[in-house]
Amino acid sequence: MAAGNLWHTLTEPLVDKNPITLQILGICSALAVTTSLDTALTMAISLTVVLVLSALVVSLIRKHIPGTIRLIVQIVIVASLVIVIDQFLQAFFFDISRRLSVFVSLITTNCLVLGRTESFSRNNPPFPSMVDALGNGLGYSLILCIIGSLRELFGNGSILGFQILRTVDQGGWYVPMNLMLLAPSAFFLLGGLVWAIRSIRTDQAEAPEYAPPETAERAG
Amino acid sequence: MADSNPVSAWQRFLAAPNDSRFKTLLVAFLVSAICAVVVTGATVVLRPIQQANRAAEQQLRLETMLNGIPGMSELLADSEDAEISTVVVDLDTGRASQDITPETLQAALDDPANWTTLTPEQDMANIGVRPNYQQIYIVRDGDDIELVILPVFGAGAQGEISAMLAIDGDMETFAGITIIDHVETPGLGARITEPGWQANFNGTRFANDAGEIEFAVARGPATSDFEVDGITGATRTGNSMTRIVRFWLGPMGYGPLLDAIRRGEF
Repeated sequence: MAAGNLWHTLTEPLVDKNPITLQILGICSALAVTTSLDTALTMAISLTVVLVLSALVVSLIRKHIPGTIRLIVQIVIVASLVIVIDQFLQAFFFDISRRLSVFVSLITTNCLVLGRTESFSRNNPPFPSMVDALGNGLGYSLILCIIGSLRELFGNGSILGFQILRTVDQGGWYVPMNLMLLAPSAFFLLGGLVWAIRSIRTDQAEAPEYAPPETAERAG
Repeated sequence: MADSNPVSAWQRFLAAPNDSRFKTLLVAFLVSAICAVVVTGATVVLRPIQQANRAAEQQLRLETMLNGIPGMSELLADSEDAEISTVVVDLDTGRASQDITPETLQAALDDPANWTTLTPEQDMANIGVRPNYQQIYIVRDGDDIELVILPVFGAGAQGEISAMLAIDGDMETFAGITIIDHVETPGLGARITEPGWQANFNGTRFANDAGEIEFAVARGPATSDFEVDGITGATRTGNSMTRIVRFWLGPMGYGPLLDAIRRGEF
């Protein structure tokens, strides 16, 4: 029973409660780092690690966080973890950290992380909190990898740097879509993804906030 | 006495109501202290690796820039007399430093006596203090100086920009530029790292016939021999580059060195 619950906690954020496509959280970084799959993967792994560790720490001290300063305490913990991860990337994955530039440090302000610590880790024991964080991290990673691979494939003709479609410059036939490397394409892809998911899972579609006015019948 | 026993004091602290003022303060303090230790530890432990990465990247940028200058890679590959040498120069005299070598440069610059404080009028690049010694690279073909490569730095629109300027043997034309480090806005100021913009420098003159520095980053397309194209939306970064270049090629920067090379004294 408990194992079933945990499995549910882990898999639910992948599609059913995906933090990006359903809650539309964390899209700033999702748009910025997905020009190629390797940056998207690095960002996804960094965010997942930060998410799981912050869930663990917040959950461990959850009974002793004073309500009045709980957000500050959580932010300090998240920010410290982010700095450590950022330093780690700069030391061991220098090239990728250069391309990710400020977006790793901006994980601190990613609503996804604070959202999970505030709504889940603060009220649950460490292990379920980490499972929940891992699930959300994987849900975020899934979307980033989908968008990242689409953008790299159609923008550069490659996946993870391996040329799949030979571009015209290299003597092949494929004309790269430069739009795919610009920020708007990420919006289009993300929008398309949200639309696709909500068409299949109709329960995710939100009720329209207002109805369009009835068009008056025109005479003659 | 319960007070003297740290274990029971800790238990009383944990048992205290979360909203009590004392516990709020102590929790805030403990969380910040532990986080500070973790962050500091990570930074200190990883710094040597990061510095090695930066040094390797700087070397790579230097080689890329040399390869980007027309004729340079052929010269270095074909001519047996061509070589790159590393020299530490004394900026005040414009001559090679006698007692400071590239190996001892870092130690020398740790001494504040080897830095000059700039007056606000002199301090175009907004750096406050200037090192008295800089390590430069000289490409010679036999006795002729083909190229000098000068590291420069200064305040950009968002933070420090550091770059290397390659100057032709005539000492009045750029051969190239490469940006080593910057924190400019991605998509705007950060476009100074694009090869397309950097290619502008090749062949741009920076000094007029009277030897005055006239270089500028234009607003929009370059209109004279002394200008390079501006970057749309990055006027402040462009102005910063203008000031950095003018400062470092001027009398407080490499001016004395360039004069010495022009006179053939180097």
